[in-house]
Amino acid sequence: MSEVLVVIDHADGEVKKPTYELLTIARRLGEPSAVFFGSPDKGDAVAEKVKKYGAAKVYVVDDAPIKGFLVAPKAEALQQLAEQASPAAILLPSTFENKEVAARLAIKIGSGLITDAVDVSEDGVTTQSVFAGNYTVQAKVTTGTPIITVKPNSAAPEEAEGAGTVEAFAATISDAAKGAQVVATQPRQSTGRPELTEAAIVVSGGRGTGGNFEPVEGFADSIGAAVGASRAAVDSGWMPHAFQVGQTGKTVSPQLYVANGISGAIQHRAGMQTSKTIVAVNKDPEAPIFELVDFGVVGDLHSVLPAATEKITERKG
Amino acid sequence: MNIVVCVKYVPDATADRKFEDDNTVDRVGVDGLLSELDEYAVEQALQFREKREGEEITVTALTVGPEKAVDAVRKALQMGADSGVHVVDDAIAGSDYLGTSLVLAKAVEKIKADAGADLVVCGMASTDASGSVVPAMLAERLGLPQVTLASVVESQGDQVRIKRDNEGSTEVIGATLPIVLSVTDQSGEARYPSFKGIMAAKKKPLETWSLTDLGLDAEQVGLSVAYTQVEDTTARPPRTAGEVVTDEDGSGATALVDFLASKKFI
Repeated sequence: MSEVLVVIDHADGEVKKPTYELLTIARRLGEPSAVFFGSPDKGDAVAEKVKKYGAAKVYVVDDAPIKGFLVAPKAEALQQLAEQASPAAILLPSTFENKEVAARLAIKIGSGLITDAVDVSEDGVTTQSVFAGNYTVQAKVTTGTPIITVKPNSAAPEEAEGAGTVEAFAATISDAAKGAQVVATQPRQSTGRPELTEAAIVVSGGRGTGGNFEPVEGFADSIGAAVGASRAAVDSGWMPHAFQVGQTGKTVSPQLYVANGISGAIQHRAGMQTSKTIVAVNKDPEAPIFELVDFGVVGDLHSVLPAATEKITERKG
Repeated sequence: MNIVVCVKYVPDATADRKFEDDNTVDRVGVDGLLSELDEYAVEQALQFREKREGEEITVTALTVGPEKAVDAVRKALQMGADSGVHVVDDAIAGSDYLGTSLVLAKAVEKIKADAGADLVVCGMASTDASGSVVPAMLAERLGLPQVTLASVVESQGDQVRIKRDNEGSTEVIGATLPIVLSVTDQSGEARYPSFKGIMAAKKKPLETWSLTDLGLDAEQVGLSVAYTQVEDTTARPPRTAGEVVTDEDGSGATALVDFLASKKFI
């Protein structure tokens, strides 16, 4: 069976959930080989994790020489790995960085690229959600090695034991690939909440919060949700851009999306319309968001959310 | 110094966007305009020029697209770009990322030969395909570093520094010109064309190039040689309208919690 390269999504060796989703999808296409860009001394621990989801091999690419040089070196490494492994496909978690790695790789190896897939079938047909979720597109790479970036929450991770053989891969990185460099990084303070794009539940606030996100955050915490914001709330300076859901922020596809004080402009819908269940709380009964909802409350979020939070906390006892 | 800003003519996101029978985006039957996200690219190109007063800096707006796509270039000229290039050729229709980036790269090279291309600026994504991959592909084809998704752009001499939000952190990235730069909607409100700008735009040079002008063959681009094939496009069935209740003395919270419980979210 051909190898399918899966680029591991991780933070300093902590493997993230989209990796397991990708490995699950990769098994439909061939035998998954996970690719770890990171510190070699974390390779074994990462292999232990990903072999549970069917990784037969784990290529470890030491990222020490390329750290801070962004996407171009990774594309070179993947090109060399693809030449060695002749994979049936290359899958990457759909982040901005990985989409750019995939873009450079596609040119390097002369292969078609499909971005932001929400599903990939056994015969390599991808499903994408486009035009703010108003259309579903089925497509296929017809030239070269299919390179597909897949969005979080596109498959339920299924365990399957793989060999997880660790193999160090020494990539040769050109100087030309090191033309752009991170010169400073300021980590954002962790909120302790689930990550927005990976969360099963997302609770968002918009203009209707009036800048007070406490009811939104309190409600989110009562149901273990990530917190998001509309562009209006971000532009007003109420929430950092990293929390923005929509066309120019994050696209989320959780099991449950709760929009509070958000009117539901097309740009916002583009970021959340594929959510499984949609709930809205808004004072304006005419808000377009109500066209999308499975359940809606016409009311003031400042009274509805705290009351709901209290009831949920009571239920939990 | 010359700055090339890539702009895309896209179907209006607030209109009823749809596909043609061959599964390509309907770019003619739906009202189009300069992609909102590329307005930020034009704005940053203009600001780059304005911040470096005293230097000779020109801005060339470049688009690839059908006849009507020239509107995207015109808008950029009205905003303040100095010259425009519109690459139009029936054979380009249906190009995927690889085809589009090839045409753009060839056009940038041609502009570079004439006027220079020290900086190529793009928007963070198009509002139709939303791929965010063309800037990286363009950088790869031109053999340039890419500095993408900037919310703040600063430059001095041939050094460019940008700030951007990354997963979990804010980063500062540095690079030496020439580079491909992409900017987000956080980079600063795009200006509206002034009346003077609109009048001045009519006299600005605007060239129309075909594939032949770029040294490309029809067999290298377009739908028939795309590296990807769209097999089917389906309109998503409208979400069936759910229940909407009106909150009265706390009834909304109760109903909300009951709904969430019925769906096993709590």
